[in-house]
Amino acid sequence: MGIFDVKFWKKIEPSKDNKFLHATYDAFFTLFFKQNEITGERSVHVRDAMDLKRTMIFVVLALQLCYVFGAYNIGHQHFLAIGQHTGIMEGFHLKLIFGIMQILPIFVVANVVGLGIEFYFAANKGHAVEEGYLVSGALIPLIMPPDVPLWMLALAVIFGVLLGKEAFGGTGMNILNVALLARVFIFFAYPTEISGDGPWVAALGLGAESGVMEAQYSWMHTMFNPIFSMMGLSTFHDGTPVIEAFSGATPLAIGYLEGWEQVNAATGEVTGGIVASYTPAQMFMGGIPGCIGETSKPAIIIGIVMLLITRIASWRIMLSMALGTALTGMLFNVWDATPFMEVPWYQHFSMGGLLFALAFMATDPVTASGTNTGKWIYGFLIGFFGMVIRVMNPAYAEGWMLAILLMNVFAPLIDHYVIESNISKRMKRSK
Amino acid sequence: MTIVWTLTIIMVIVLLLVLTFGSNLAKASSKELRALEAQPEGASDDSFVEEAYKVNLKKGFDISLTGEAPTPFDGIEQVRSATYALKPKDFEGMMPIPKVIPEAGTHVKAGDPLFFDKKRPDIMYVAPVSGEFIEIRRAEKRSIAEVVILADKEGVQYREYTLPDLKTASQAELVGFLLGSGVWPFIRQRPYDVVADHNEMPKAIFVSTFDTAPLAPNLNFAVQGKDAEFQKGLDVLNCLVPNVHLGLNGKGKPADAFANAKGVHRHQFSGQHPAGNVGIHIHHIDPINTGDIVWYLDVHAVILIGTLFTKGIYDTERVIALTGSETPNPRYIRAHQGVNLESFFRDVETETTETVKTKDGDKTITKPLVRIVSGDLLTGKKVKKDGFLGFFDDQVSTANEGDRYELFGWLVPQTGHPTISRTFPNGFFPKVKYPADTNTNGEKRAFVVSGQYESVLPMNIFPQHLMRAIQANDFERMEGLGLLELSEEDIAICEYVCTSKQPLQQILRKGLNMMREQG
Repeated sequence: MGIFDVKFWKKIEPSKDNKFLHATYDAFFTLFFKQNEITGERSVHVRDAMDLKRTMIFVVLALQLCYVFGAYNIGHQHFLAIGQHTGIMEGFHLKLIFGIMQILPIFVVANVVGLGIEFYFAANKGHAVEEGYLVSGALIPLIMPPDVPLWMLALAVIFGVLLGKEAFGGTGMNILNVALLARVFIFFAYPTEISGDGPWVAALGLGAESGVMEAQYSWMHTMFNPIFSMMGLSTFHDGTPVIEAFSGATPLAIGYLEGWEQVNAATGEVTGGIVASYTPAQMFMGGIPGCIGETSKPAIIIGIVMLLITRIASWRIMLSMALGTALTGMLFNVWDATPFMEVPWYQHFSMGGLLFALAFMATDPVTASGTNTGKWIYGFLIGFFGMVIRVMNPAYAEGWMLAILLMNVFAPLIDHYVIESNISKRMKRSK
Repeated sequence: MTIVWTLTIIMVIVLLLVLTFGSNLAKASSKELRALEAQPEGASDDSFVEEAYKVNLKKGFDISLTGEAPTPFDGIEQVRSATYALKPKDFEGMMPIPKVIPEAGTHVKAGDPLFFDKKRPDIMYVAPVSGEFIEIRRAEKRSIAEVVILADKEGVQYREYTLPDLKTASQAELVGFLLGSGVWPFIRQRPYDVVADHNEMPKAIFVSTFDTAPLAPNLNFAVQGKDAEFQKGLDVLNCLVPNVHLGLNGKGKPADAFANAKGVHRHQFSGQHPAGNVGIHIHHIDPINTGDIVWYLDVHAVILIGTLFTKGIYDTERVIALTGSETPNPRYIRAHQGVNLESFFRDVETETTETVKTKDGDKTITKPLVRIVSGDLLTGKKVKKDGFLGFFDDQVSTANEGDRYELFGWLVPQTGHPTISRTFPNGFFPKVKYPADTNTNGEKRAFVVSGQYESVLPMNIFPQHLMRAIQANDFERMEGLGLLELSEEDIAICEYVCTSKQPLQQILRKGLNMMREQG
């Protein structure tokens, strides 16, 4: 039965002298088979069925809808830009294939590079490959703009995994969220790739002949053309120019510059093939420019529900972060000093990466506060700082990445005070 | 500019509010504790507390396993084995080679000294039954594993005691008598969870009258027909230290002997495991502070002391539950301490041998099939099929050895293990029972998931931070985080649910031993 047979795995087991090979083998063997390890004589004799692999894979499962919608939306944004198939269901096959072909290289690069480093360090340190990167590897593509250059992504992943994780001792020891660290690398090193109006739409290039931006497809897209034309469906055509009025600006950018009025100006109708601004419903449902995984709120909410039902993510962090965001948003509404402060506080939840950060980034158990009290403070402060950075930052209208990284740094401090208070209570009691 | 300042001030206020809110939440977890602190001051003066104090524990997890011993409606069968043994390794912190007193071949009576720890020569460890002392079985580095007695064929001969008069005996006399009589090792102390130090008197004595561990025996059966002995035992403890606390089961109906116990403080605890652990009771009633000592005994020990003081005999017979999915005919029995288990598990195949062809010729490998554990499956010790019951144990458990591979076993929505995780369908149905198996269900990992231990340990303690402090040899932090309040049995449930499969009990014991050596 090949890889589904233990005997096969036993047969191909490489020598333990080759550390890297053996660690890799071990990682895959344990992925296929729950091991035959039994409890020791000096420990509990029975153990819960839960393990770290399952914990991690459930986060990955919770992300799947974001992947599906993210892939579709990459295509949707692309075709909006060139004024084709502007309806939601029009050219669905093209949008999906386009998106998948865009997201696949990103996913492969993020995982191959990250897991490669992980395997290397596991082998060198002589421990098993830990599962932490399963989630990081699934998160990183979702927080990247669709058009991110792959070499840049590879550099970012190397930075995140090496400096963020392995330098601190591997899974469970890192202080900063690895996925966000990869993103922050691009953010500071190549800011134009991750902010502004440009990066949210993929596969546009300056046409050599026309001198304007136009759709440019690679073989990865066009190889599907024969299949589509055989089925009588529309196909990819190179060289369609970007329509003049297309901006590619995210609701955040519009809101930042011109306030809520402008974001909300359009009725959601598509005129002349563009959507210049966004209705609340559009912002909630997705179909707007943004990072791959952050646009569709229903997909994220389903992920949240899944994480909460299975109790994998901390509801305390999610709730307190939502509270922090809402309260700060209300304060800004009252303050009302810049156009962006007018944005109703509840609309912030469907703009940008807030919900995605709340569900998948802030709740990372390793980098968040470890104590229950600490989680309340940690989550609330992320909400507060995230809003402050998003609304008051003069250059970049988004704040969750920076807020979470900031609070990652402070989480041990929060825990320290919670624990010190426990200790001092105990010490006082003994007097 | 004024508006900026106003808003900044508002934000600071909101922040402060959140901080207060947070610290209140922390306090909420110790609410039960405060409720108890509020009990009337006079309560400890009046030794006959009428009202039982109730504590509801919300945290915990009952591990539902098959193989429970059914209620013994037809009475409890008395079982004798040919040999009995005491195992010095049952006593945490004892020297590996204690001094054995009788010569091999001597006849001993029940209660005659067998050995003592060279570090603490006053405490006698005595024979549980009468018979011929036949051999010392040794383990690694000549350490003594078992001191074996070939029991008399019929009946038990008891050593004769001159009992001290409870009314006139001084505390020192009583302690001296208990030390020599062989009863002392039953009295254990916290911190460190070792046999009590007789040189330092405790602030209180605790007895838990129920056990919430997986498949644990119902101690109501243990006290059945021994009401007078149990009460006498409590009286003796009261003479020793006039501050005895009894933990009663708030969920079921405690036996009359427990519910109507006189001269002790009674407290009711309801909740899931570890609600029955004496460590949890101590934490909620009168927590151990630095420098405090607390003694505790189990129900069997109280009955044993009571029997000694009423009948003048050292009678180690106790009610034992044979449990577990692999145990033939799970049931309650009456047997003496250190009973040989072979008669119960004669037909159980605990291991099998396989011949495997390798390059160097055929090799035989032994594969374990069934594990027999003296004690419960969380804290008990693995014993051989023909092994002996442990000194403090009143339960024998069995589990399938989970020595097998499972294709995508970590991924599939399987059922088969009791779990707190809701990623499994059975996480939603905690009452469904499963046969136990010893697979670790995953490999050891670094601490990743937070809040998991806290969710099953009803104490105001941060186990994960404590474990890290122990691993870092940080004594001050260990003590501050409540190491002294814990014992392996309390932390065992955390070890059970641990996603990272960390050996918490081992880490904790390392910390306790380090602390004990420091003094």
